[in-house]
Amino acid sequence: MIRTLKNPIPLALIAILLLVVVASTFSIVPETKQAVIVRFGEPQRILNRYRPGGGFGPGGAGIAARIPFLEQIVWIDKRIQSIAMENQQVLSTDQYRLEVDAFARYRITNPLQMYLSARTEENVGNQLKPILASALRNELGRRPFAALLSPERGQMMDNIQTALDRVARQYGAEIVDVRIKHADLPTGTPLEAAFERMRTAREQEARSIEAQGYKQAQIIRAEADAEATATYARAFNQDPQFYDFYRAMQSYRTSFIADTPTGEQPRGRSSIILSPNNDYLRQFRGSGR
Amino acid sequence: MIRILGRGARDGASLSDNRGGPWGPGGDDDDGAGDGPRNPWGQKRRKPARTGGGEPGPLDEFLRRSRERFGSGLPRDGRPYWLYGLIAFLVLWILFTSVWRIGPQERGVVTTVGYYSRTMAPGIGFSWPWPIGNVRTLNVEEIRPLQIPGSGENLILTGDQNVIDLAYTVRWNVKNPELFLFQMVEPEVTIREVAESAMRAVVARVSLDDAIGAGRADVEQRVQQSMQQVLDDYGSGVQIQGVSINQSTPPQSVNEAFLAVSAAQQRAQSAMNQARAYALQKTAAAQGAAAEFEKILAEYRAAPEVTRRRMYYETMEQILQHVDTTIVEAPGVTPYLPLPEMPRRAVPATPPQGAPAR
Repeated sequence: MIRTLKNPIPLALIAILLLVVVASTFSIVPETKQAVIVRFGEPQRILNRYRPGGGFGPGGAGIAARIPFLEQIVWIDKRIQSIAMENQQVLSTDQYRLEVDAFARYRITNPLQMYLSARTEENVGNQLKPILASALRNELGRRPFAALLSPERGQMMDNIQTALDRVARQYGAEIVDVRIKHADLPTGTPLEAAFERMRTAREQEARSIEAQGYKQAQIIRAEADAEATATYARAFNQDPQFYDFYRAMQSYRTSFIADTPTGEQPRGRSSIILSPNNDYLRQFRGSGR
Repeated sequence: MIRILGRGARDGASLSDNRGGPWGPGGDDDDGAGDGPRNPWGQKRRKPARTGGGEPGPLDEFLRRSRERFGSGLPRDGRPYWLYGLIAFLVLWILFTSVWRIGPQERGVVTTVGYYSRTMAPGIGFSWPWPIGNVRTLNVEEIRPLQIPGSGENLILTGDQNVIDLAYTVRWNVKNPELFLFQMVEPEVTIREVAESAMRAVVARVSLDDAIGAGRADVEQRVQQSMQQVLDDYGSGVQIQGVSINQSTPPQSVNEAFLAVSAAQQRAQSAMNQARAYALQKTAAAQGAAAEFEKILAEYRAAPEVTRRRMYYETMEQILQHVDTTIVEAPGVTPYLPLPEMPRRAVPATPPQGAPAR
């Protein structure tokens, strides 16, 4: 040991060599990855394979040993991954054109199968993407537009998931779920038409609210008039003859006296020609008849 | 790598045993001065003799020279500096990569050679030094807001096939740090996508009026539940603390029509208000007139004839005060006066004197 210490260069060389061997023999498998050990392209064993409901800890992830230079490690993600489908045009049975964004989440549960059928993770995603699109189109194309906006949507998503899962299994993956992110009317004419419909619906609502308001107002007035009439009738009916007289007096007063501002000498506007026989002039003539 | 580290540590230990601490013999102090036999240079000098006295090779020569060049700086007892440097480095390395301070809001997820071993609670925690052990700290208390959409309009179809513009905030925190780290490829993107999907699914089941008005709290509640369920299904370790709708309006281009509706509501309301005012006035007036009549009627009944005459005269009096009066004596005789002229000519004199005019 003393000898090696006094001569550091060979020590460093040995250390580097050892490091290379150790590094190509041992690897750390993290919790987030699964590893397939491959010897000359032939898969040998799988480390840290996903177990449904399995937790984390020693046993899965940890140190992996392999024969240096003969065996390679293929890393495969253990986590849930996603593929997205953007702006897919879908035609519903009632000829509504829809623009749909969807995503599917999947996990590679069978790394060996995945390695054999797709080799790399990107391939899995690339293979699943068009299938997601076509499954979605098929499923939505079989239904009316309104179904997309109804509780039926859950069933629809389940169907898409089942269809996609069947394919995904061939790549050693499992679909966790499929969800629609956006389902919109495409911009342009369809969206404008929808806006137009909303606008006219609102106009209709506005008019009907206004009409209802006026109707209510009229009813309120009519009821008030009726009530007033009833009140008058109840009072005046107690003595119709006196009412006739009383009201006539009031009426004369309002008819013949022109309204003038107070304080100003009222000027006659009307002329009355009285016959001496008028009842008013009875005493004027000096006779009591 | 592990072995190398282990050996280094062992070497360090044995050296410090010899010298009473790694830092002890660092300088050119005199404690090594008398160690003649243990001086490696002495050994070195013996080496050619022991190995057979051959000519030193070019590499040996180079090494020897370079050693001589640095020789003056070396301690007399011969431990080279790089070794002490290495030891110091290792000690610092271990110190910095195995002692962890976890803040009160944080948890530390400890992995040992890749596998998850435990989660550190707040305080000081220890782990194996890197790269054997590794700790990732996560803030689990912090409520993180997620704004959707980032900007612009976010048009969503409602159950009655209308379109609304919706902006909302999802507040979430990390419930389970190890799940959060190990389960999802992109947890934050996932939360966003799940939020959008859940919001659309819920809004697709309510009407436009509910989404804009009264049903908002219900929508928020349902989105939160739905998101939590989906994220739990993923095993994402995320807790949704709340969903709040910040803005829920009709799209810009139809907003005018919606404003027209509220204007119509205002107009309808004001028409009804006016009608009510009229009604109050009308009924009050009727009641007043009726009451007046009833009072007078009561008095009239007490003395009908007199009251009647009195009222008649009073009324006539008032009228004739204000009216030009002409009294025509004989029936059938038309007064040849231009009647419209009359008032102007003789206003004050007419009533009394006009009477006997003919």
